[in-house]
Amino acid sequence: MYNFEYKKAGSVAEAASIIGADADAKLVAGGMTYIPTLKQRLAAPTTVVDMNGLGDLAGISVAGDTVTIGAMTRHAAVACSADVAAAIPALADLAGHIGDPQVRNRGTIGGSIANNDPAADYPAGLVGLGATVKTNRREVGADDFFIDMFETALEQDEIVTSVSFPKPVKAAYMKFPNPASRYAITGVFVAQAHDGVRVAVTGAGPCVFRVAAMEAALSSNWSADAVADISVSADGLNEDIHASAEYRAHLITVMAKRAVAKAG
Amino acid sequence: MTEQGIGAAIARREDRRFVTGQGHYTDDINRMGQTYAVFVRSPHAHAIINSISMDAAKGMPGVRDIFIGKDLADGGVGPLICGWAITDVNGEPHKAPPHPALAMGKVRHVGDPVAVVIADTQHQAMDAAAKVDVDYSVLDAAADLATAQGSNVQIHEEAPGNLCYEWEIGDKAAIDAAFDSAAHVTELEFLNNRLVPNAMEPRACVAEYDGGTGDYTLYLTSQNPHVHRLVMSAFNGLAPEHKLRVVAPDVGGGFGSKIFVYAEEVVLTWACRHVGRPIKWTAERSESFVTDAHGRDHVTKAELALDADGLFLAMRVNTMANMGAYLSTFASAVPTYLYATLLAGQYTTGGIYANVKAVFTNTVPVDAYRGAGRPEAAYVVERLVEAAAAETGRDPADLRKRNFVQKDAFPYQTPVVMQYDCGDFHGSMEQALALIGYTGFAGRKEASRADGKLRGIGFSSYIEACGIAPSAAVGSLGAGVGLWESANIRFNPTGNVQLFTGCHSHGQGHETAYAQIVADKLGVPYEQVDVIHGDTARIPFGMGTYGSRSAAVGGSAILKAADKVIEKGKKIAAHCLEASEDDIEFSAGNFTVTGTDKAMNIAEVAFTAYVPHNYPDGVEPGLDETAFYDPLNFSFPAGTHICEVEIDPDTGAVSIEKYAAVDDFGTLINPLIVEGQIHGGIAQGVGQAVLESAVYDGDGQLVSGSYMDYTMPRADDLPHYDVGFNSVPSPLNPLGVKGCGEAGAIAAPAAVMNAVHNALRDMGVNHVEMPATPQRVWEAIQGAQGAAE
Repeated sequence: MYNFEYKKAGSVAEAASIIGADADAKLVAGGMTYIPTLKQRLAAPTTVVDMNGLGDLAGISVAGDTVTIGAMTRHAAVACSADVAAAIPALADLAGHIGDPQVRNRGTIGGSIANNDPAADYPAGLVGLGATVKTNRREVGADDFFIDMFETALEQDEIVTSVSFPKPVKAAYMKFPNPASRYAITGVFVAQAHDGVRVAVTGAGPCVFRVAAMEAALSSNWSADAVADISVSADGLNEDIHASAEYRAHLITVMAKRAVAKAG
Repeated sequence: MTEQGIGAAIARREDRRFVTGQGHYTDDINRMGQTYAVFVRSPHAHAIINSISMDAAKGMPGVRDIFIGKDLADGGVGPLICGWAITDVNGEPHKAPPHPALAMGKVRHVGDPVAVVIADTQHQAMDAAAKVDVDYSVLDAAADLATAQGSNVQIHEEAPGNLCYEWEIGDKAAIDAAFDSAAHVTELEFLNNRLVPNAMEPRACVAEYDGGTGDYTLYLTSQNPHVHRLVMSAFNGLAPEHKLRVVAPDVGGGFGSKIFVYAEEVVLTWACRHVGRPIKWTAERSESFVTDAHGRDHVTKAELALDADGLFLAMRVNTMANMGAYLSTFASAVPTYLYATLLAGQYTTGGIYANVKAVFTNTVPVDAYRGAGRPEAAYVVERLVEAAAAETGRDPADLRKRNFVQKDAFPYQTPVVMQYDCGDFHGSMEQALALIGYTGFAGRKEASRADGKLRGIGFSSYIEACGIAPSAAVGSLGAGVGLWESANIRFNPTGNVQLFTGCHSHGQGHETAYAQIVADKLGVPYEQVDVIHGDTARIPFGMGTYGSRSAAVGGSAILKAADKVIEKGKKIAAHCLEASEDDIEFSAGNFTVTGTDKAMNIAEVAFTAYVPHNYPDGVEPGLDETAFYDPLNFSFPAGTHICEVEIDPDTGAVSIEKYAAVDDFGTLINPLIVEGQIHGGIAQGVGQAVLESAVYDGDGQLVSGSYMDYTMPRADDLPHYDVGFNSVPSPLNPLGVKGCGEAGAIAAPAAVMNAVHNALRDMGVNHVEMPATPQRVWEAIQGAQGAAE
């Protein structure tokens, strides 16, 4: 770890002004990615702004058909929330399978989506449910929020404050984990969402993406069989020692089938 | 058996401090005025060092000094050595290129240390290390074992074609003739995947020099502090043995990787005198990946010849073994005498020929890792036998039983050096078949099929050589050391006991098991026996712990020392009880006069020995006895492990569903500890079979260099284990023990992979390498289906 200034944020506005004025200042939420990055000297920030004191950003509320989760809400809180389990059980299930218990009790939804790791689970949940990301400046639809690998629509001084999930008719998430890291090699979130069928894939490509052919097939026939013969091209998918692009492409179909079956 | 004596399944006394954070590890040690070392390491697998610029770094805050290889050479520090001399097929010694503790002229693997920075704080040393500017000319790397030999890349001038040695055992012409007469030949080619040891505690050391006395003290993560002291004195020339104290305090796992003498330990011991301050180094986890000696890494072609009745006529094995960039401390012995001598397995195979080529590559050195050669041998034998059964349409259990060494045939001389002392291979097989429920397998397979899964069953009837080792025998094979063990039983005047052992516990539970031996043998309450190990200033010379030797060799030394205590105690008791020494009997802690009720407890004898007011003439005061024990032979733990896996054909994921292990470890000192050793060993064996792999790319970069990519076994990867014992006490040591530390890691890879192959046979798949990862299994299924279409 290199030396840096540590600043405990007193408000979202204060945090935004610090990172807005200094491109080398960084926010830390749960720190599940950023602290290891610092420890390995892979980042040299000028200032680290700690968001953990901002209690207003943590919490889960349900209003009508919308579940809103504060940016600083831990994965474990989502996984264990009776409200989430009642409204969108697939989202509680997704959160309950992120990392391990230590990660789930530190990591936050805001930190996860702002980091946009290509193998993270939440991006599939947000895109699969057609969620809306609220920031200190605006609201951004999930489809427009995730841009590319580790890249989001967030401006330099923009901070995620909460995520709103419209309740789906039904939904489920299935992931095939990397055996070592347990991140998603391929995770597929399927939903009969508020605006139609959504199939969102994480882990397989550089960034979460939707599979239009599967969405169309499921719109007319919500069954595992409907997607069984729909294959996704391996072109542009990720490759590493654990999974080739072809294997990931294959897993998209397998996980999509299983997610549809799980959703019922 | 007493409640806390030999055979009692009592919980480990050391665990309380380990699980409550009260252990004392090397990194917990801090000395007055301590400084910190950070090593500058090669980012390249193979490169010429053109220059090393240290000026900027030397001016950084807190920097005490920076040393490079030339400083060590000028200071008379000898290179790192390999302590086992292999004689090659031409009668020549193996190629032993120099291995300087800091690279000189050339770097040969990623992580090879080039310089060391000593600074007042860890971060100052890290900052300065980043400023050491090494100018490299990058060379092509030979990172792949299969192609390194004879490639254009020349790693060491002393080893043309990167061949360290070619070695053989057996009569090749006779074996070839046996193959010519065979009714059936099974032939397999496979890898034995490279593993990173991954001890929970990374390696660390703290070196200190006392200018007043001229004494060095080195605290480090070692499995054998006296071996470290001996090598560092005799070969690295750091200090005479009597001026170097080596302390290995609590050590958090070794698995072999902490046997060896590493560059960091040598450098710190030399540098602490020059800097005039104690120096600490603790490996980062990422540093452990590229500096701890790795394990396994073979490419093998193996053949088994059978007659028409399924009897094993002969075995022929050709193996290439990866040595890495340099020979580690015992590297040369692992793929030779710890490997080929176990190729007979549990069978009466008529003849065996093995040829081993040890090859240098631009990778981290490879040396002993839990099992060391024996897992590789068991994998060869058991994969061959299982494949032969499938090919000839025989039940794998029946084919094994047909070829087992029979219970009444011991001692049994194998064609490859070893003489097995005793065993009951049939009995273990039958017990394992019952434990796994072999007759129910077909039903379970059908149930899996109905669930869309492929189920397979696999066997591994392994044998290993432990109790390492009879000194004269290993000496004749090239070992540079004797492999006896010592024990010192010291009674205190108040009757309690300190046992000083030359073995070293780094997770094995010696503090409990050894106290049980002393309590059982001498009748002293278990709570009044403490076990002391790991400090050359406190313990008698000892060879340490590896090769499942602590019970068979270290435990036998304890018994010998206890015998001496009893012998002396009888003299003292005879005097005090006014009887003839010949009439004194010793049992359960009491010296009694035969045929009378006159008795004296051993605590009273101890008190008398230290307060000898009324004492026999000619007997020395004190009750403090030391014994050295050199084993008569190796011991031969053996057993049958049976594994059942279920494979998801859509994803290729392998799930271990059932695992039965029946082992013959001879006498069990503490069955609870033994069961724990079995569990841990199987976990590492399952890890090798389906999870773990050290993957290098063509440039010699370690791709699986962190836990993001190196798959460690986790609790949810592992099944419930059904463990059974079929103990046949060894007649060759006084405890009758055989050793249990490595068995699981030796047996499991073949059991799991045989089950994987069994499951996939219906899909037309006949070859999957370890680790059988989901992608690899899926690709094998795709390949077989493509071939079938």
